[in-house]
Amino acid sequence: MRRARTPAPLLVPAALAVTFLVLPLAGLLVRTPWSQLGTLLTAPGVGQALRLSLVSATVATLVSVVLGVPLAWVLARSRARGRTVLRALVTVPLVLPPVVGGVALFLVLGRQGIVGRWLAEATGITIPFTTTAVVIAETFVAMPFLVISVEGALRAADARFEDAAATLGADRWTTFRRVTLPLVAPGVAAGAVLCWARALGEFGATITFAGNFPGTTQTMPLAVYLALQRDPQAAIVLSLVLLLVSVATLLLLRDRWLGRSGAAA
Amino acid sequence: MRRRLAAVLVTVALGTAACGSSEDDAGAGPGGSADAGLTGTLTVFAAASLTDVFTGLGRQLEEENPELTVRFNFAGSSALATQLTQGAPADVFASANPAQMAVVTDAGLAEGGPTVFTANVLQIAVPAGNPAGITGLADFGREELALAVCAPDVPCGAASEDVFAAAGVTPRPDTQEEDVRAALTKVELGEVDAALVYATDVTAAGDAVEGVSFPEAEDAVNDYPLVTLGAAPNAEAAEAFVDLVLSGEGQQALEDAGFRAP
Repeated sequence: MRRARTPAPLLVPAALAVTFLVLPLAGLLVRTPWSQLGTLLTAPGVGQALRLSLVSATVATLVSVVLGVPLAWVLARSRARGRTVLRALVTVPLVLPPVVGGVALFLVLGRQGIVGRWLAEATGITIPFTTTAVVIAETFVAMPFLVISVEGALRAADARFEDAAATLGADRWTTFRRVTLPLVAPGVAAGAVLCWARALGEFGATITFAGNFPGTTQTMPLAVYLALQRDPQAAIVLSLVLLLVSVATLLLLRDRWLGRSGAAA
Repeated sequence: MRRRLAAVLVTVALGTAACGSSEDDAGAGPGGSADAGLTGTLTVFAAASLTDVFTGLGRQLEEENPELTVRFNFAGSSALATQLTQGAPADVFASANPAQMAVVTDAGLAEGGPTVFTANVLQIAVPAGNPAGITGLADFGREELALAVCAPDVPCGAASEDVFAAAGVTPRPDTQEEDVRAALTKVELGEVDAALVYATDVTAAGDAVEGVSFPEAEDAVNDYPLVTLGAAPNAEAAEAFVDLVLSGEGQQALEDAGFRAP
């Protein structure tokens, strides 16, 4: 396909959009206290919070892929009734204020929660205020992004390939693995990236359900928020670190995984 | 149960909404004639712990001045101080500690010096019935309990560090909350056995929460200063609000809410 020239009526709003999205970033860069960078970066807890953020966002993304891709398939392909309602329900975390999401998680998984109470009595395990709670909160908020992406990709994929596989004798599971999944792989990758980014920046549900404790539940966004209470300069530096790491990761992944089909992301 | 959930959600919304709440009470009918004659909008930035008292006082001022609308921005004092130094327009600032007031006065934003109008002490909040049998500050050193304190970066956390140091207790919290209401919410939900919060927050939480006082609290009495801002768009109303807070009526309302006289 030849690369089209951008139509003039799109150019101005597109330029405005870029300005709007990039200018705050420039603001951060301008206000970064470069001279104190070393001191602020080596402050205790920064590496810890960054590591925790990366690990929990990655685990949350893996969980979202394992559970979210099948869900997307059900939403896109199954003919079960109530699918519309189901779709609306699973996208609730997108519109729910994350803080309320955190309280909702308490009501289910907290030690007084519907499931959590039973879990605590049976096993003595309580979920809130643990790293597991961070992953759960992030998964709750981020998984819908993956589901929506993959569902869109499934709808756009040509169902005739699946029909052809079926007529050639492949069972439904084989068709899914060998035909459908490769077909929507760019959509899954794009969804996973979106999901990871959302999980990395997650704040409200995490601080509510998982609390804030350095080393176990204090992710970078929480560290940034609390630094802002004490020392805005430190908060800017921390934000910058989170930003650089996530941009670097995304660029790296784009090269390695998405390859030429990366245009879909 | 549903009512309690609603109450918890409201508490969470008030306690953590970044921009606080605005109180646009349209109670003033067109028939009411203004006698004091304050008009326009009064914007008050106040520490989250003042939510209930100030909302009541604001409503009273509105009733006395039908042409006046009082808007509040309740949030952590440090968040408010940041917003003010970044140019947020406001008439009055009430801080939960002198340090955050200093941020605003040092930036040259205040009109005159701040007045200490009330004070608050820390108290241990436990779920109704005190299931873990908390008796004092020493219980915060118990590993097996689920415990919440405020993060050291926010005023209640700084005060907590002082009392722990004075009592010689090494706290072992499970979470360092971003503000005092967030800590309280976890008590209300029964997710922690105890949280160190302000006495006023325990009073405000009602029946779901009980307070356990401890003698070391006297080592960290927290003064609340308030000030009229230099760039106040509604200086007249600002002055009236400050007067109301300092009046016998205002002081009584503060006392009823668990504050103590400065």
